[in-house]
Amino acid sequence: MLTAVLILTVIALIAGLGLGFAARKLPADSSELVERVNELLPQTQCAQCGYPGCRPYAAAIVEDGAAINLCPPGGNDTVRRLADLLGRSEAPPLATGPAAPAVAVIDESLCIGCTYCRAACPVDAIVGAHQLMHTVIEQECTGCELCVAPCPVDCISMRAT
Amino acid sequence: MPSPAPTYDLGRLHGGLRLAAHKSASTGLPVQSPPLPAQLILPIDQHVGEPARPLVGIGEHVLRGQLLAESTGTLGAPVHASSSGKVVAIEPWPVAGRRGDPAPCIVIECDGDDRAVESRGNPVPYAELPGDEVLRRILQGGIVGLGGAVYPTAQKLMQAAAGELEYLILNGAECEPYISCDDMLMRERAGDIVSGAQILLHALGLDSACIVVESDKPDAIKQLAAAMTDAADERLVLKQVPTIYPSGGEDQLVQLVTDREVPSGGLPTDVGCLVQNVGTAAAIHDWLRDGEPLVSRITTISGDGIAQPMNVRARIGTTVAELVQFAGGYTDSARHLVIGGPMTGKSVSTDRVPLVKATNCILVLSEVPQPGPELPCIRCGECAAVCPVQLQPQQLFWYACADDERQLRSHGLTDCIECGCCDLVCPSHIPLTYDFRMAKARIRELEDEKARAERARRRFEARNERLQREQRERETELARQKETARKAGPDAIAEIMKRKQQDDGD
Repeated sequence: MLTAVLILTVIALIAGLGLGFAARKLPADSSELVERVNELLPQTQCAQCGYPGCRPYAAAIVEDGAAINLCPPGGNDTVRRLADLLGRSEAPPLATGPAAPAVAVIDESLCIGCTYCRAACPVDAIVGAHQLMHTVIEQECTGCELCVAPCPVDCISMRAT
Repeated sequence: MPSPAPTYDLGRLHGGLRLAAHKSASTGLPVQSPPLPAQLILPIDQHVGEPARPLVGIGEHVLRGQLLAESTGTLGAPVHASSSGKVVAIEPWPVAGRRGDPAPCIVIECDGDDRAVESRGNPVPYAELPGDEVLRRILQGGIVGLGGAVYPTAQKLMQAAAGELEYLILNGAECEPYISCDDMLMRERAGDIVSGAQILLHALGLDSACIVVESDKPDAIKQLAAAMTDAADERLVLKQVPTIYPSGGEDQLVQLVTDREVPSGGLPTDVGCLVQNVGTAAAIHDWLRDGEPLVSRITTISGDGIAQPMNVRARIGTTVAELVQFAGGYTDSARHLVIGGPMTGKSVSTDRVPLVKATNCILVLSEVPQPGPELPCIRCGECAAVCPVQLQPQQLFWYACADDERQLRSHGLTDCIECGCCDLVCPSHIPLTYDFRMAKARIRELEDEKARAERARRRFEARNERLQREQRERETELARQKETARKAGPDAIAEIMKRKQQDDGD
């Protein structure tokens, strides 16, 4: 009886110490976690979170402890999934309201061909050349709105999908 | 007269229901031919896959069997003119489609001559052609699965031919109430079905085909047996299956006939079987032996809202209103128009919709069955007992309410064939099939979103890589120029400056 108790206690101690050591000393594989967080983000690359794209935001969440409720295109669903993945008990509501899905549309009669919007597009969804009309490839547009501000003639608008 | 002995087979269907057939009303008359309509409305999207691309312009005169729209992409079927006449419009028109909104249609004003293109009447010597050439010919006939799924037949055959096949199964099990178009086809054109089966066997290089009919269709069995005796083809076997809904489902039929279970998420080809509707086989015969592409089909007009229920062989593109008119019109009690059967059909709000390749039944009912108010699930398990795919609808319902995509998937929601058996037996009147359809749509939506996100991610990464590369190239170029200038020494630079000053002075 006593032997059994002793043996089990020793086993429990060894296992506990082992686990404690692993948890504190061994580095967690953060790059893999960044990948998984990145997978949950909507990949609009809109930078509305304050980071220059989805992957940088994912890295900031994992490595610098950035808040998980900064992604308006992902909405509250994404916040919930992130909370699940990261083991946080509470999913805070979005810092701002969720963004409705939309695509950018260039009013081609007004476009002067300045290429500013083309340079701003994070997913290369705008085609056009200097002093030639530009247009948005609708299927590839993520609705990030980054092209709207640079346009000097305000010919880009967002259309809900 | 010796005839193959029809037998019940080893396979057993899980669950299913015996439903009141309501078929005798429409099988009293032989298949009728309605008069040519004044106008034909031909949707360019009558099949699974990409819509066909119109090849004709407005004002063009077309002949029966002429190609109107060709298939694009890897999955699709062409559309042919159902009669001769003039193309008057290509515009959106209400159709009984999956989404219910108007779809682009080619509208033909018939000239009444019904003149056919010249190739009509030249039988293709299919027996001398290699199998894949026959499949290529079938592709041009605009033939799609006529059982209701309208999957392009040629592509289904090509995909099947790539795998290992043992049996061709011709599906004559028409298990849904009211519908009798396949029954009438088997009674009247058994020889053409047998001929179509022989073409299919040749094209696929198979040596065994089962024609499967339900036991409550004695006339069809008799005619098929006679046609098979005439053909004297040992490769063909006639089989009889019990009349249980949904025995005519593709996977269910495979299980009944061969006692093999199609794996979850798989196809009958995974267990060596290829299922084709008997109507499809007859259409293949029409195309390869008579040169007539798929421009007409047999459809059942039935229900207690129809004055004279019957089966008609109608041109694709005839409006439902004209067909109902031909069948004696609506009765006073007609309230509800359904395209397809009562279990899987789709109710429509207008009879302006055209008959398409998928339309196997036009059903007019006097009253919509009202199941009663929805009550909470009491977990009685009746639904699980009747589910032909052996799912647990009561559990799926739970997850569908919770919107739990992962659990829905792991409990096999994607294998649900939406047969509607669980709805019928549910004592709480829960519209399970509707809920499952919604849940499936949500899962599909999520998948699309994921695919879009993945593409955006790849484009973003590719762009970043490009920007970095350009930056690197600029830096190396700058370094190179500096290096050249440095090598040339101060004398060369002074020389250049002097020349520049001279130029400015001039």
